[in-house]
Amino acid sequence: MHVIVLLRMVPDVVEELEIAPEGNALDLDALRMILSESDDHALEQALLLKERHGGRVTVLAPDAPEVDDALFTALAKGADRAIKITGLDASLTARGLGHACRQVLASTPGLMPADLILTGAQAFSDLDAVIAPLLAYHLGLPHVGIVSHVSVNPAAGSVTVLREYAGGVRAEFEVPLPGVIGIQSAEKPPRYVPVAKVRAAMKSQKIETAGVPVMADGGNALIQVTGMLKPEAAGHAEMLEGSPEEVAGRICDILAARGLLQEVR
Amino acid sequence: MGAVTSAADVSCPTSLGDLFQSEEGRKVLTCIQCGVCAGTCPYGDVMDYPPRRIIAMLRAGMLEKVFSSESLLACVACYACMAKCPRGIRLTEVLLPLIKEQTLLRLPELPAELQKALQNTLRYGNPMGESSRKRAAWVKTAGVPVRILAEDPRPADVLWFVECYASYYPRGQACSRATARLFDALGANFAILGNEEKCAGECGRLTWEPGLYETLMDYNMAVFQKYQFREVITSCPHAHNAFKNRYPLLGFNWELDVTMRYFARRLEQLKPRLTRKLGYTVTYHDSCCLGRQNEFYEEPRALLRALPGVKLLEMTHHRINALCCGGGGGGMWLDTYYKSKGYERLSERRAKEAVATGADVLAVSCPYEVSRFEDALKVLGQDKKMIVRDVVELLAEAMEV
Repeated sequence: MHVIVLLRMVPDVVEELEIAPEGNALDLDALRMILSESDDHALEQALLLKERHGGRVTVLAPDAPEVDDALFTALAKGADRAIKITGLDASLTARGLGHACRQVLASTPGLMPADLILTGAQAFSDLDAVIAPLLAYHLGLPHVGIVSHVSVNPAAGSVTVLREYAGGVRAEFEVPLPGVIGIQSAEKPPRYVPVAKVRAAMKSQKIETAGVPVMADGGNALIQVTGMLKPEAAGHAEMLEGSPEEVAGRICDILAARGLLQEVR
Repeated sequence: MGAVTSAADVSCPTSLGDLFQSEEGRKVLTCIQCGVCAGTCPYGDVMDYPPRRIIAMLRAGMLEKVFSSESLLACVACYACMAKCPRGIRLTEVLLPLIKEQTLLRLPELPAELQKALQNTLRYGNPMGESSRKRAAWVKTAGVPVRILAEDPRPADVLWFVECYASYYPRGQACSRATARLFDALGANFAILGNEEKCAGECGRLTWEPGLYETLMDYNMAVFQKYQFREVITSCPHAHNAFKNRYPLLGFNWELDVTMRYFARRLEQLKPRLTRKLGYTVTYHDSCCLGRQNEFYEEPRALLRALPGVKLLEMTHHRINALCCGGGGGGMWLDTYYKSKGYERLSERRAKEAVATGADVLAVSCPYEVSRFEDALKVLGQDKKMIVRDVVELLAEAMEV
């Protein structure tokens, strides 16, 4: 079975996020990029499927700072092939990325047909979770998102996936292959790969590149970000100090003052 | 001056395949199976294969069985087995890390806390996953000038290698402020690497994650070579361990010491400044790396005795017999794992012993120990009775402002 995993680099929120002088985008120079967490889960799920059913895993990622580290790490973990999509605009939206992926999948030898295309259901750069359905639309394939478990039914040529809904409700879907699945989390946390293995992968393996022609409208024109603002602290917490009795008394006073406590006679 | 000179530990094999290529490796075969190692090991009772059995399995060609047991994850690299071995076999430095490496490679899943710490150390240069750009943020609160070499690259006498816990952890920062004040009081020409510094990687070696260790060594050596300084003084006994034993293989040949000992060697110069009466009863915990491994037993005690109004008491286990805080060899990030296995937390075992002395201050000299013992004292409900202070903090406290 051939599984393609789309990986994306997103801003690392361990670092401070700065807004660029133009005021409508993050300052890319002040950022560090990191592999999107749910994409890491999508990779883990793909590797688990490969271990169980054989086949190969191809990872595909738009070019970004530190993307080579993420791709070599994927190779060290057990992915068979890594492709970097180059020539993209740094401010690429999900729409542009969906378009670029369609082109790369169609024009790069050995990519299609794939049995399964996995990617993170959401990313910091794709909070609307549109990339997986968009890709499915472009490819004319079925899609299920927010998935936390994938099992393959080889005889039926399908996968059974577990999708999560709000309020703890879960549903099982059977998806005919090929299909596109948006992964919320893998069955188990992403594995650790020893750094020595990553270093060895850097020496012995290669990252392929696939260029894409720029979309006529840059892929970004449908919606424009007009402004980006840092959150402002509207208030602050009041820390209660004193003995447990005093603190409990203060809590009762505060609740009573807001009409949340009724005296019981 | 009597500075510690670094001798490269070239006799340490770096893979199991090379074990018998070196004298130290071949020495393992001289084991007389007395079992002192297993008896002195703080977690010997929970290991399927304590050190003695590992050597027996090695001789029998049955190491694969040892690798498939998780028991060596309980090795906290405390050097107790090595210090007590009547044959002088350097277990903690030679055999155990290699076994641990193979164990980790075969684990179906790395304990989550350890995995996060290793990934953080690779990406951010510190196990807690703090921004590498904030490593020197504490300097603003130092109260005395702390020169960062990237901003002012003039040659320094002392390159102070602050390390992770002393840079990021709030209690570690308190100790760093004390260290800066002491350097300043001595009029030392000192500087730090600031945000360019990354974890020295020693716990990568003992955890054992050799690739991570090599990556960090390569990185730090390249940074060292950018600047001019005479000696490296570090706040972290684990970094000291790395610089003393492994970095020399990459050309590290500066004089080396830890802050506690640097100040102990300058005690006469500091004494006139130590005028504030502290009124503490102190017991000192020997850190494994400084104690058993380097035999720096007297220096911290000399410092403590020099403090006005300080009475020093010894715990039942001290010096070579000191109990480990449980933080070495990756133990710092295995507390959740040990708990899940039902092991006693070593820091609690040690804190109980400290409380039993009747002292009100537990003095330490390793940045791991502050958090470990403060947590342990809270768990034991003894945190009102006993506080934890780095020896360097106590020194700075005794120094009138």
